[in-house]
Amino acid sequence: MSIEVRNVRKNFGSFSALNDVSLDVPSGELVALLGPSGCGKTTLLRIIAGLETADSGSILFHGDDATSRQVREREVGFVFQHYALFRHMTVFENVAFGLRVRPKETRPSDAEIKRRVHELLELVQLDWLADRYPPQLSGGQRQRIALARALAVEPKVLLLDEPFGALDAKVRKELRRWLRRLHDELHITSIFVTHDQEEALEVADRVVVINKGKIEQVGSPQDVYDHPVSPFVYQFLGNVNQFKSNVHEGEAKIGDIELKLNAHHSTQNTPALAFVRPHDIEINKERRANQPGFEAVVTYIHAIGPLVRLELQRTDQTELIEAELTQERFRELSLTQGENVFIYPRNVRVFLNN
Amino acid sequence: MSIKTPTQYSSYHTKVARSRAISEPVWVRWLLVALMLAFLTLFLIVPLVAVFTEALRKGFDTYITALIDPDALSSIKLTLIAAAIAVPLNLVFGVAAAWAIAKFEFRGKSILITLIDLPFAVSPVIAGLIYVLIFGLQGWVGSLLIDNDIKVIFAIPGIVLATVFVTFPFVARELIPLMQAQGKDEEEAGLVLGASGWQILWRITLPNVKWGLLYGVILTNARAMGEFGAVSVVSGHIRGMTNTVPLHVEILYNEYNYAAAFAVASLLAILALVTLVLKSLVEWQSARIAGEQEQALS
Amino acid sequence: MAKHKNILPGFNLSLGYTIFYLSLIVLIPLSAAFIKTTELSLHEFWAVVTAPRVLASYKLTFGASLIAALINGVFGLLTAWVLVRYQFTGKKIIDALVDLPFALPTAVAGIALTAVYSSNGWIGAWLEPHGIKVAFTPLGVVIALTFIGLPFVVRTVQPVLEDLEAETEEAAASLGANRWQTFYKIILPAIWPALLTGFALSFARAIGEYGSVIFIAGNMPMVSEITPLIIITKLEQYDYAGATAVAVVMLVISFLLLFAINGLQWWFSRRTNAVS
Repeated sequence: MSIEVRNVRKNFGSFSALNDVSLDVPSGELVALLGPSGCGKTTLLRIIAGLETADSGSILFHGDDATSRQVREREVGFVFQHYALFRHMTVFENVAFGLRVRPKETRPSDAEIKRRVHELLELVQLDWLADRYPPQLSGGQRQRIALARALAVEPKVLLLDEPFGALDAKVRKELRRWLRRLHDELHITSIFVTHDQEEALEVADRVVVINKGKIEQVGSPQDVYDHPVSPFVYQFLGNVNQFKSNVHEGEAKIGDIELKLNAHHSTQNTPALAFVRPHDIEINKERRANQPGFEAVVTYIHAIGPLVRLELQRTDQTELIEAELTQERFRELSLTQGENVFIYPRNVRVFLNN
Repeated sequence: MSIKTPTQYSSYHTKVARSRAISEPVWVRWLLVALMLAFLTLFLIVPLVAVFTEALRKGFDTYITALIDPDALSSIKLTLIAAAIAVPLNLVFGVAAAWAIAKFEFRGKSILITLIDLPFAVSPVIAGLIYVLIFGLQGWVGSLLIDNDIKVIFAIPGIVLATVFVTFPFVARELIPLMQAQGKDEEEAGLVLGASGWQILWRITLPNVKWGLLYGVILTNARAMGEFGAVSVVSGHIRGMTNTVPLHVEILYNEYNYAAAFAVASLLAILALVTLVLKSLVEWQSARIAGEQEQALS
Repeated sequence: MAKHKNILPGFNLSLGYTIFYLSLIVLIPLSAAFIKTTELSLHEFWAVVTAPRVLASYKLTFGASLIAALINGVFGLLTAWVLVRYQFTGKKIIDALVDLPFALPTAVAGIALTAVYSSNGWIGAWLEPHGIKVAFTPLGVVIALTFIGLPFVVRTVQPVLEDLEAETEEAAASLGANRWQTFYKIILPAIWPALLTGFALSFARAIGEYGSVIFIAGNMPMVSEITPLIIITKLEQYDYAGATAVAVVMLVISFLLLFAINGLQWWFSRRTNAVS
């Protein structure tokens, strides 16, 4: 089932949590709402679920206006950040709950409930925990039970609020791959909220980057990482170097480097910021004659793992620059701390200050 | 003006042995323990024991006779009736108030909480008085009641009302902090899974607060059965008719029938002891559950 | 902002019922007391509430309540301290027994205390030769009020003492403080708000107490007659306006105390929350 969000606004007192947000989620996609805490992503998720009401705007499910529909009638599955498992019920009863509270006419028989619950518990590979109580489970197990419970009512949409937020790093990685595989199996339209860019980029079909109650960018993980549309998205998705720059008639100047831009042709002498990812910083021992770059000193080398991280300081400024090299390239260069090198940035993106 | 709830406090969590640097010399510890025991003996234990020895002073037969006296039996009946009405009423109120206060935000909430506490601040005598002012002969609705031949004051309804008043806040005071601490995640999860409001209340919220609820009921019941001042004002002390157990104790005592007075009083003392045992069991139970959850989380 | 920003059902029903029941049982009846006093002129009201016998009862009620609350402050702190810090056999029983004054009907407490402290009682007989008369004197009132207020200080101080971190005391010790200095400078300031709250609760409870006092007090006008008894006496003489006037004075004082206690608890929670 597809989801459409139309011009949704939500204020808490004088705080604007969502400011005119519109979003389309096609049927069967796994979408990540990504943003820093307090950006409004959880509020958006709760409005889609019907747990919160928007001040204005509408929510459409499969093209039908669902704005005034009660939570119970929306047929959504919701996985809460802290799972919200019913503490006084066994795992089995937790998963069975959604079936048991149905009105008599549509409630499955006890045998059918039993079958369905065990099927779901097998799906999340925790059938052996059916008789335990939530406090007796590990975080990862609780997470999967919460998911099984949400799936039990056969929702048309699955909504997950920071699904891995409360887990430790290792379990988190395992579970997010598992969620991806599960989604590939079930193909249910899913939206999850996260503040972890790595998680969003790895799991989602599409990433929605949100900041201060507004959507900054929507796109595939590749798209938002490679072509950020704003300084915020650039900074939020991975490490990035910033250079002070100046744009004049379609040309940006960063130190000695001059870049032709495909925009800003009529801009006059405007300060701007240039963004370069650390792996797009090329390092050379000798100055290239025909290519302007920066001279810098290697101040720190972190050579553990497949990538070598360098910290450099420009000689003409106090700005620190972060660079990433492969081990091979690093050995080739045989750099040492304190050495003077030359830097040539690639794939520079320039944004005007405003 | 509340007593701490079992969730707010439990004196039974495991203690780490205190290092020598921060414990007192042995003689100081002994002195403090002895002082405390002396104080509690003087004020609690001796009077409690006195109730039973005075009750049995004239022998076991006198004791039993005092208890099976018709007036005593009718006072027991009235006390049970008053408690049987007051406890459920205040239980329903407590759940409703806690639901509104713990699960929703609204203006004037802290004022509402203070108002719920009011009956704790009011002298029992005044609690009785205000009902006399309304339902008494010269009260607001007094003539209306006489015309319809309804008796409230110096009758059972008045006793029930006074009992409801003095036990008013107990359940609410237990449930509000408990339900606030539990948040509303589980209720929201129930809602998303399709449960109705009543289903959420019965299947999720109430099972989660059952120990706090029980604790509140135990306190309400103890106070309802033992209330003296408020009931005394509205009862009229009609023997065999409008006497509750505490009032019956007073009458016997004022007639210098000490053995009988203490015999009936011993029933209330037993009720108090049972209350304390139940209360401790509930506290230990909820502390145990809290401990288990803490352990499971760590 | 919306009246309530979440979608759980039952808000109107539960709040509506809460306010309805609160009004019916508490607010409307209490307002009756204030309305009744308007039958008196200000002059009459003043004459009733400042009659010598009434004034003497205030003095006894507030004086005895204050002394009882002070006794409970000291011994309640001691009891809480011992229950939290020391191990001894029977501790759980003692801990449970502290709540006895909450559980024991006040009339039972009253006759039991009278039996124990009267001149032929277990403790009274032992005190009398020393010239100390308890029963049927103001001292008896203090004893009864101490009894009924006993749990308040213990139960407010106990959880705070339990939550104190041993590390702060160890830090004090490592900085050279002796045990008494640590108690005085580290522990006492931390439990002070709780102690004050317990004291106020105990005091407030004592002011309105009736059942446990009337048996042991002797109820002699001007000497050992408490204010709630004045109200009862006036009622028995069908002097409703007079009884209500005295009741209103007590109500106002009780409400002020209630607000003071709420303020204390608010201050207290703000302090503890700011720390954590």
